[in-house]
Amino acid sequence: MNVAAATQKIGLDVPVMVAFGCIIVILLAGSLYSPEFLSLDYLLQQLQVGAFLGIIASGAMMVILLGHIDLSIPWTVTLGAMMATALGGWIGPAGVWLAIPFGVLCGAFIGVLNGLGVAYLRLPSMIFTLGMNAVVQGLMVLHTGGFAPQDHATDAMHFLAVKRSILGIPNALFVWLFVGLIVIFLLRRTAFGRAVYAIGNRESVAYLSGINTNAVLIGCFAFCGACAAFAGVLLAGYSTKAYQAMGDPYLLPAIAAVVLGGTNILGGRGNYLGTIAGVILITLLQSILSVMQMPEAGRQVIYGSVIIGMLLLYGRGARTRS
Amino acid sequence: MSDWRYHISHNLGTLTAVGLFAVMFTIYISNHEAGLTPAVATTAANKAVLLALVAMAQTIPVLTRGLDLSVGSVFVLANCLASAIVVGTIGQGLLGCVAVLLLGIVCGFVNGAIVVWGRLQPIITTLATGAIFYGIALWIRPTPGGDVQYDIADFVAGQLFGVVPTALVVLLLVVLLVWIPYRSSPLGRGAYAVGSNEQAAYMSGVPVEKAKIAAYTLAGFLASLGGLILTFNTYSGEASAAIGGTYTLNSIAAVVIGGTSLFGGWGSAIGSIFGAFVLRTIEDLLFVFDLPPLWQPLFQGVVLLVAISLGAIRVFRIRNRLELFT
Amino acid sequence: MTERTPLLELKGVSKRYGGIAALTDVDFKAYSGEIHAVLGENGAGKSTLIKIASGVTDASEGEVLVNGTPFRFRSPTDAMRAGVVCVFQELSLLPDMTVADNLSMAGTPTRGGFIDQKAQRARAVELLKRVGCEDVHPLELVKNLPLSRRQMVEIAKALAKKPKLLILDEATSALTAKDVERIYLIIRELREEGVGILYVSHRMHEIEELADVATVFRNGRKIETFKKGARSVNEIIQMMIGREVTHHYPPKPPFDDSRQPALTVSNLSWGHDLNGISFTAGKGEIVGLGGLDGQGQRELLLALFGVLKGVEGTVSVDGRSLQLSGPRSAMTAPLPLALIPEDRKVEGLMLPMSVRDNLTLASLQQLRSGLGIDTERETAAVNEMVARMQIKAPDTSAAVGTLSGGNQQKVVLAKWLMTDPGIILLNDPTRGIDVGTKQEIYRLLRNLAAEGKTIVFYSTDYAELIGCCDKVLILYGGRITRELKGEDCTEHNIVAGALNVNPVPEKAA
Repeated sequence: MNVAAATQKIGLDVPVMVAFGCIIVILLAGSLYSPEFLSLDYLLQQLQVGAFLGIIASGAMMVILLGHIDLSIPWTVTLGAMMATALGGWIGPAGVWLAIPFGVLCGAFIGVLNGLGVAYLRLPSMIFTLGMNAVVQGLMVLHTGGFAPQDHATDAMHFLAVKRSILGIPNALFVWLFVGLIVIFLLRRTAFGRAVYAIGNRESVAYLSGINTNAVLIGCFAFCGACAAFAGVLLAGYSTKAYQAMGDPYLLPAIAAVVLGGTNILGGRGNYLGTIAGVILITLLQSILSVMQMPEAGRQVIYGSVIIGMLLLYGRGARTRS
Repeated sequence: MSDWRYHISHNLGTLTAVGLFAVMFTIYISNHEAGLTPAVATTAANKAVLLALVAMAQTIPVLTRGLDLSVGSVFVLANCLASAIVVGTIGQGLLGCVAVLLLGIVCGFVNGAIVVWGRLQPIITTLATGAIFYGIALWIRPTPGGDVQYDIADFVAGQLFGVVPTALVVLLLVVLLVWIPYRSSPLGRGAYAVGSNEQAAYMSGVPVEKAKIAAYTLAGFLASLGGLILTFNTYSGEASAAIGGTYTLNSIAAVVIGGTSLFGGWGSAIGSIFGAFVLRTIEDLLFVFDLPPLWQPLFQGVVLLVAISLGAIRVFRIRNRLELFT
Repeated sequence: MTERTPLLELKGVSKRYGGIAALTDVDFKAYSGEIHAVLGENGAGKSTLIKIASGVTDASEGEVLVNGTPFRFRSPTDAMRAGVVCVFQELSLLPDMTVADNLSMAGTPTRGGFIDQKAQRARAVELLKRVGCEDVHPLELVKNLPLSRRQMVEIAKALAKKPKLLILDEATSALTAKDVERIYLIIRELREEGVGILYVSHRMHEIEELADVATVFRNGRKIETFKKGARSVNEIIQMMIGREVTHHYPPKPPFDDSRQPALTVSNLSWGHDLNGISFTAGKGEIVGLGGLDGQGQRELLLALFGVLKGVEGTVSVDGRSLQLSGPRSAMTAPLPLALIPEDRKVEGLMLPMSVRDNLTLASLQQLRSGLGIDTERETAAVNEMVARMQIKAPDTSAAVGTLSGGNQQKVVLAKWLMTDPGIILLNDPTRGIDVGTKQEIYRLLRNLAAEGKTIVFYSTDYAELIGCCDKVLILYGGRITRELKGEDCTEHNIVAGALNVNPVPEKAA
């Protein structure tokens, strides 16, 4: 009873435990293939790569908790990267650090537009954010002239994404930690977080309880946009430049990570610990499949099957009939 | 007499899409240097029919208040398989075509089975199965290439009697032989009923599970037909995630422009066909108006977003704010 | 009559929902060619009985027999095949489909596997004529029909299934007088044809007019089955409410006309639903809203809480005018408003979430400290409220959906009491909850009034209005047609007021 209460308090429910269990299984299975998989260096490297996905998933989770979805993540990631690198190029040395908040703000702005469409126009988020993705794509194509931009990532971006400043721990991991703590604080300790869950469960109840549901919707979409753009900024730092369609490979893994972590795709239920587990799980899965030189084809099949299999274990809906 | 009023109002979404397409296509043709020649029509039709088929596929799960994010992957998978097995003599080629369509049906059935019996959300289910289908496509065709039976391909990608694009005829046949019979069968109406209100449909004796599985299965079939025809246009197969993604997303947009409600229970695959035509014509219009190529993606995106936003009109009619949340 | 095999028989049937008994050991028989009235208060078990009979849910224990043979209905379709058809209270029509489609949703006429549009159309025309809805076009969408027409279509849909046993669950609640006449006629015709009918209604005069046999339920048990005329109306009421009738309500203070006004409404209008409503509610006063169901009472409460758009007229709270722009502004009025909504499952509670999360949702602003929520203060407030309201939950972290209906309703009330409101609006708060909790709610309301809070209370149960309210406003067609004060709040006056003028005019579509 007490153990159950304690685990519930930190959010260690069945899906999260299953997800962490799977992580351990994957690591053990990998170590049979090569003991490298259990080395600290390998794990840190994976966490560094996972941090980018983790930051995107943090934002995606806020939106999914509302019962919505943000399909504009791919080009918002690219937008963040391109705007940040561009500012670095435009204003010279002053832009080294300023480029980062600028990129994030651009992403947040797109998020606000998404939120306005979903909140005030009451359009399904799936279709509105899809349209927004196309618009941002158009803007970025226009911005770059159809080619990879010449602007390179600033030193600050490179520092955050690649360097290891403290105890050999990648800085990107600290950035993820920072974003994660914000999400945890928001969801667990603030009225805003309660409102997010309430809207995900039933928006009419939240509205009748005096919550400004439109503001919460806009806030979450803005946060999601900011996270996506921030990840884009870091990715630009990681690969030293911004390029077209750099965000495309991140949409599905981000949604999958959130859902595998036990967050209900229809909203209202889920906790951040699960998302962390989901991100690590997806990252390890991708890494191990690539280390084992599994062809892309097999990777995709395994990837899809794992998602279906895990959800069948714990993500099933209720029957029509009571 | 008054029956017409109802028929028109029930099909207003489709009619709007038809009208929109007619206007845009007229503008396109009147500005095209060659005018409406069979060659121009065939080029336009061959591109448009592909998206039209995938959009039809998307429509049916959407009618049940579901969604199929794997249509693009099934489309690509069919393309890859066709480029491998629709070869040899005409007879062998036709047999290959049947096999490709069967695979599509199996893919759709798997989606439906997981959604109904596995009770998983359609979005996440088809997201995951989409990855699986794409993986299989990659396995069949790791690099672009392959071949296709030329006689069939030239026939399908060409013109009938030297005038009518064959692809359009194929689309018409699909409407007449697949969509209309489905729409007028109890199963098809069941799909609408489930989307309109699943609980009420169940209480009214609609076979809810059967209707849903049939909807996803039919979607798989139509998407694979699209992939098959793509092979006839390109004479090759390519397992491209970008193509699959684009088709999936555009199919949703076409469904919305065609007047089908994403909340289920309302709409028509015929509307989606014209929604797809509209999307394709936008591209062509940009071409004839010599819009700088760099501006084209932005222009397309803005048009798409504006078209979607038209759905917000209902909000301004609502007088009880609680209705906003349903 | 008694030697015949019953059309439908329930033997020792019980039903529990999560440990709460909705129906206990019920024996029940319905015969063909007989109109059988099913009576009982809300929560007496009538709707559970109907759900079991029509295959919507399974009995936890006991047997269901059709024509003497045991049957297990796995779905409404099974029941339909056995000839048991139900007209549900919550409509089973498909809003986005045409009337003709809806009427043939089951037993669709087909030709070669396809829907026979012509036959379907002919069937629709015939059925609509039968229920006197010739004005409804078969191609009209159900969502475009007014509620009363929809209810008639629902009845027509049931007739289409050629029932052997027809169950009508509050089927006349939204109908016009003319439609009700029509329904009576159809029901009598069906009886002549040998169809058995179960008729659930709250309206005593309907029962007297129609029923051959009646059965009374109370607290999930069958009390008695008797033939028409064997019991007087008073006896029936006695059976329905049980013995505690005299101790049901807490004592009322004498009527006091000089109370300081807390809520002043003048000339409030909203579309056709509210037409120039004016009244005053004083501090410490319980004001009831009465009248037939659907005369604007719900809309009035929603309008006061700022939920409706385009409301005309003025509302002032404690002398200052109130912006009707949304719940937030209502909750920050000089005397904060609270609304206990009609449907606790859709508007009041988040069922999968914990008691704690539900309780504090409306009062999070008060529990803030700095950026976050003061969780210690929150815990204290939650525990205090759970104790005060005697909410029976295993734990404050238990999901609200696992509690009984009565406890769920207490959570809704408690959630709003935590905001410390000055004016409490209640929309039929005792519907579907057990008698014990009802009494607790009555006492609570009286205590709140004694503390000086103002209560505006809509109830579909006249007895509640009489027992609880200092003043009752009777609404009819969106207007206040009568204001009953103190001793004038009698059943006779309320019923007379509800019916307003006779004959009842057509309700605007």
